[in-house]
Amino acid sequence: MRVLMFGWEFPPHISGGLGTACYGLTKGMLQQDLDIIFVVPKTHGDEEKSKIKLISAEDVAVTVRRQDLKYFKDHFKYIEVSSALVPYMDPEEYKRVHEGDTISKTSEDIIHGNQKLTFSGEYTKDLLGEVSRYALIGSSLGHQEDFDIIHAHDWLAYPAGIAAKKASGKPLAIHVHATEYDRSGENVNPVVHQIEKMGMEAADLVIAVSNLTRNIVINKYGIDPEKVFTVHNAVDFSEGDHMGQVKRNTPEKIVTFLGRITYQKGPEYFIEAAKKVLERVPDVRFVMAGSGDMMNKMVRRVAELNIAMNFHFTGFLKGDDVPMMFRMSDVYVMPSVSEPFGISPLEAMRSSVPVIISKQSGVAEILDHAIKVDFWDVDAIADAIHGILKYPALTYTFKQHGQTEVYTLKWENAAYEVKKLYEQLLNSRNSDTI
Amino acid sequence: MKAICFYFQVHQPYRLRQYRFFDIGKNHNYFDDFANRTILRKVADKCYLPTNKLMLDLIEKYGSKFKIAFSLSGTVMTQFKEYAPEVIESFRKLADTGCVEFLAETYAHSMSSLKSETEFKRQVESQVAMVQELFGKTPTIFRNTELIYSDDISDMVAAMGYKAQLSEGAKHIMGWRSPNYLYTSASSPQLKLLLKNFTLSDDIAFRFSNQGWEEWPLTTEKFVGWLNALNPSEEIVNLFMDYETFGEHQWKETGIFDFLRKLPEQVFENSDFQFLTPAEVVDQFQPISPMHVRYPISWADEERDLTAWLGNEMQNEAFDRLYQLEEKMKNVSDPKLRHDWNLLQTSDHFYYQCTKWFSDGDVHKYFNPYESPYDAFINFMNVLADFKLEVDKHLADQKSSSGNIHEEIEQLEAKIKELKDLKVP
Repeated sequence: MRVLMFGWEFPPHISGGLGTACYGLTKGMLQQDLDIIFVVPKTHGDEEKSKIKLISAEDVAVTVRRQDLKYFKDHFKYIEVSSALVPYMDPEEYKRVHEGDTISKTSEDIIHGNQKLTFSGEYTKDLLGEVSRYALIGSSLGHQEDFDIIHAHDWLAYPAGIAAKKASGKPLAIHVHATEYDRSGENVNPVVHQIEKMGMEAADLVIAVSNLTRNIVINKYGIDPEKVFTVHNAVDFSEGDHMGQVKRNTPEKIVTFLGRITYQKGPEYFIEAAKKVLERVPDVRFVMAGSGDMMNKMVRRVAELNIAMNFHFTGFLKGDDVPMMFRMSDVYVMPSVSEPFGISPLEAMRSSVPVIISKQSGVAEILDHAIKVDFWDVDAIADAIHGILKYPALTYTFKQHGQTEVYTLKWENAAYEVKKLYEQLLNSRNSDTI
Repeated sequence: MKAICFYFQVHQPYRLRQYRFFDIGKNHNYFDDFANRTILRKVADKCYLPTNKLMLDLIEKYGSKFKIAFSLSGTVMTQFKEYAPEVIESFRKLADTGCVEFLAETYAHSMSSLKSETEFKRQVESQVAMVQELFGKTPTIFRNTELIYSDDISDMVAAMGYKAQLSEGAKHIMGWRSPNYLYTSASSPQLKLLLKNFTLSDDIAFRFSNQGWEEWPLTTEKFVGWLNALNPSEEIVNLFMDYETFGEHQWKETGIFDFLRKLPEQVFENSDFQFLTPAEVVDQFQPISPMHVRYPISWADEERDLTAWLGNEMQNEAFDRLYQLEEKMKNVSDPKLRHDWNLLQTSDHFYYQCTKWFSDGDVHKYFNPYESPYDAFINFMNVLADFKLEVDKHLADQKSSSGNIHEEIEQLEAKIKELKDLKVP
């Protein structure tokens, strides 16, 4: 079975869990004898490809059917407005805008452009423009590639998935790693919300990374529960962390928050809990690793609480610094306000670090050997941190069982479930047509 | 005869290197030696060396009539020693003319006067010792970091025996009064006050090359015209500015050196002003009134207050956590730790954490090696965390080794007693 898969990021060029999850799942799928074409907006040349066929959208020649252009013009108007390079325009317009580009019509139906598009592959101001250009590539690949099913990861890739489905008539699976409700609370961005809803509606199969997310898909987006399934994420062990023993430089125990410093991740609850712990146990260091739009506010809050001697910010961590940070930690806290899944606690457990996770996270559905708290319950978070720091038996137990538990969460199992869903979908379609 | 009193501030901080969380407990070199050396060399070539040469020429040309004063922070003197000894030599030549006065300040260009009298005194003594060692002069006039001044500070300075202190003629403390007279501290009247005429000082220091300024270009004729236009009864014009004005803040191409070269001649020929050093001003003029300053003032920004250094929660936190170590530092004699303790107190580290970017942001940005005040705070706190660990470690070692000595003495005394007891049959 051949899968045309659309993602947005691929290791090592990742900004968070999405890239890691896509990579893990794809590797697991290879073990399930699935053939994957993985498309990203841009490759940098240093990606670990192994057996994955990685395609950069920048290398794809644009081929679009006239009727698909019309569909997009009708359905994605709002994208068009915000995009400098209007992707769904007529070839004549296109030629006018890009003087010197040669676009020839080989038939009434299909427009072949020798034009290739450029992408930053990042989360820039022109994100919506990139998303729409990416859809154009989706459509082109729908014509050019041979595959059985389309799989698109998160809203940035949904339009590309829909376009590929339009072009090829093949079934579409979308993978919901997060929704706009997780990212922005109730202040959802209407454009993003609209794209998500359109993706879920156009999809033949919706895969959610947790029951929490599945419920959001069903309740907030009004999607038919019959086609929404949960496949929990896993953790990649082959990667290991190659770190061996990391030398601790400071005598104090270290409590870590690692993730984007944004509303969704609940950084302020970590800080308030830190204050409470430090009042009782002064010789602890708290580390907030990562960056994000709430970082400056958090720095000020730490200063205001007079705990800056014991509360450190590392900025965004890359490469080996991430496993090193885990290795140095005694407790890992993920107080997310809304976390569709949350791979990072699994990575912490892989490094034998006890974890405290919010009940509002998908990962809480599958972990037994973790302390689960409500994200807003600062007292409970502080209490849990204090307990792990002060009662070695607790740490010991978590380390023992946590590692065992986390080793059962393999990507190949997740991939197997995805494969079963594919087969189910393809079979039902076949029986429909027969 | 009326007086022009020139005083130039010479200061460079030891800038911190990028010090990450992962460095804490591992790496104890906090300073960016490369940047510090590069900047010092650059400023020496663009400003200190050529301006000192020009000052020497002027003094030689006009005999003892052209006079100036300098205040050099301890950190800049130490960097001169390390990176540009010829600058020390050029200051020494100026000192030898007898027309140049050196002022006292804190070694680290610190804000210790706001926190601790002991630490403040210690740092002033250390800077003064360095001035004596390098230039053979003993300061009698004090100027505090950024001209920070208050009644409380004046009490400490008077108690240390200084005749006068320099400060800012800030509008909100002057009211209707003019800075162009000698004043005294209200709480310690024996301490005289020389207040900066910020209009005329800033005309040179800040506005000289500003082509949007209606008075641009500033000529010596125009400037001396303004001096002459002052109220005839006013006695002293205190022109206080950063020495880096010449060649660094105002580039050579702006004509700042030509302005300075021609100024004395213009003053002598077309006005009844003379050049005096701060100590001479104090000797020759009578104070006209005491000056109450309850809350500290400075020479910075529109507000002339402390908000550039201690205006937000980050700066306050960093400042408080730093001085929390003062008690411990009293028992530390390790030279590296003592040196670091000094350098971490330099006011620039707090200035980099300033968040009021709007009215005075441009000046702040110009001197700031960090991308944001948040970066500056995080970096400083990481360094401070390691420094505290080092201090604690050092004190623990001291304690355990001194503990061993006591133990050893006890053991030996027991042995002696044992031997003595043996003699008794």
